[in-house]
Amino acid sequence: MIEVDGISKRFGKVEAVRSVSFAAEDGRITGLLGPNGAGKSTTLRVLYTVLKPDGGRARIGGRDVVTDALAVRRSMGAMPHGAGLYPQLTAWENIAYYGRLHGLAGPALARRIDDITQLLNLGEFIDRRTKGFSQGQRTRVALARALVHDPQHVLLDEPTNGLDVMATRALRQLILRLRDQGRCVLLSSHVMQEVAALCDCIVIVAHGQVAASGTPDELRRRYAETDLEEVFVRAISGVGERP
Amino acid sequence: MKTLWTVVGKELLDNARDRRTLASALLFGPLFGPLLFAVLISVVIQQSVSDIERPVSLPVIGAEHAPNLIGFLDRNGFEVEDWSGDAADARDAVQAGRVDVVLVIDPVFGERFQAGLPARVQLIQDASAQRAARNVNRARGALNAYSAQLRALRLQARGVSPDVLRPVVIDDVDVSTATGRAALLLGMITYFLLAAMLMGGLYLAIDATAGERERGSLEPLLTLPVTRSTLLVGKILATCCYMLLSLVITLVAFAIGLSFVSLEELGMSANFGPQVVGLGFLLMAPFVLLGAALMTLVASFTKTYKEAQTYVGVLIVVPTLPILFAAFLSVKPSALLMAVPSLSQHLLMTALIRNEPVDPGHAAISVVSTLVLGALVTWLATLFYRREGLMG
Repeated sequence: MIEVDGISKRFGKVEAVRSVSFAAEDGRITGLLGPNGAGKSTTLRVLYTVLKPDGGRARIGGRDVVTDALAVRRSMGAMPHGAGLYPQLTAWENIAYYGRLHGLAGPALARRIDDITQLLNLGEFIDRRTKGFSQGQRTRVALARALVHDPQHVLLDEPTNGLDVMATRALRQLILRLRDQGRCVLLSSHVMQEVAALCDCIVIVAHGQVAASGTPDELRRRYAETDLEEVFVRAISGVGERP
Repeated sequence: MKTLWTVVGKELLDNARDRRTLASALLFGPLFGPLLFAVLISVVIQQSVSDIERPVSLPVIGAEHAPNLIGFLDRNGFEVEDWSGDAADARDAVQAGRVDVVLVIDPVFGERFQAGLPARVQLIQDASAQRAARNVNRARGALNAYSAQLRALRLQARGVSPDVLRPVVIDDVDVSTATGRAALLLGMITYFLLAAMLMGGLYLAIDATAGERERGSLEPLLTLPVTRSTLLVGKILATCCYMLLSLVITLVAFAIGLSFVSLEELGMSANFGPQVVGLGFLLMAPFVLLGAALMTLVASFTKTYKEAQTYVGVLIVVPTLPILFAAFLSVKPSALLMAVPSLSQHLLMTALIRNEPVDPGHAAISVVSTLVLGALVTWLATLFYRREGLMG
């Protein structure tokens, strides 16, 4: 369970996020949907404890992301936007490094990586150095790295960016599987169709604020539209730049 | 503690697979200094030794006017040859650097000599030509010796002791020991040692900070249950490992390289045995932490790999500055100077190579002050690493 309660964050004069609140339940996929620069990444960065909010609070699994950051990180697997790998290390070593930093070691670590290799179908390149991997291969390794410690909360920033159709499809199936295992999945995207196809709950963000949120059906009903895209357009035009 | 070693291990492995890091840590950095040094010293030795032994060829105009003088020059290691042209040609040749010096004997040399009057010779030379100076001096020395010999003979023939004309006698007493002379050159070794150490850690320090950020691997790393200080200290320690490796290779390379160079021919003896390698390592090693922390601190200020390379490249010149000052001002070791990192290592190392006793108190001050400063900069770097601006 991820609870976000009025967080705000500014960089110099730019208010990237202002008073954003929402909740992401366990066993559901929650999507942060919004145009580029809406504040999705900043919100996620606050949640995965890389940035500190200027105001408001956020809790993951009941723990505060600011005061209890280390505990939050233990229960969370994050895949930041464009997650970089270590090109001189093999896929296995990249994943194992994160596993060790999560406190895994020895046979337990090896077993866990074997499982995840199966799950994400990394077998054919698990022992190759990641230098020269395709975007799809890199994303899969980055995801494996984020999941190595079997986290309850999974935060993905634009996970399908740069993936081809087959890779996107495989990733969606995996995310659905994570949900079915009872995990709390929070992902961001600027692609309407993707969020519509995948998410149980949508949080539409624009200009650093939450414009609307709810299940796809709730949103359609509220705006009296059958097309989610129309809902999206109307929702984000409802929030303007405040003076 | 275990996480710290995980970070260190990963950085070591990651960089061991990077050819550029390896080459700079294990090859260019450590071997460039000793190689350059060996070549330099060999050239110096060859020049000074061969110049003494080789007979100097001396073109002479009018040799027939002074057969005795020519005979004297012959016996004293000159190859006298007749100059084919006239004096004007000789001037041109000397000016153009084709010959070092030409001796012109006055046609009336014999007559004046017989009459007991000063007989004249000319040495055509170019005082601005450094290379020719040695041969010119030898020719002048030989002529002076010939003159002195005749003076003594003439005085004796007149019943006067030649000592009358020697009211003051100057004897040069050179108190510099052979090792001391060598140390003047060998003082450069500390410079190479410091440079090699810094070069050894340079790429790792950049890769672990600016490189990590540029690759986009920093952000996911910061979402792990590891404090930023642990990450940074791990990176600094990994840098230290490479620097220590560089230091060992450089020291050993110097010991091996200098054993091939015959410094004895220059009247020097280099003291660079296994004991100096061992003690030298202990004296220089504390600098590693300071160097690694400084490079990491500067590299984590920068946004890109290239920017980091520029700034850290400038930074690695800084520790060599005190050595330059020391060389120009020829400072003597003192307790106060021992608190200055790099300078203290230079002074202690130079004393060690010079075969002078190393003051244990001075060594202790150097080690402690360098380590304390290193810890301080490490702490500063961790403070900086906690900033949010780190994300760029």
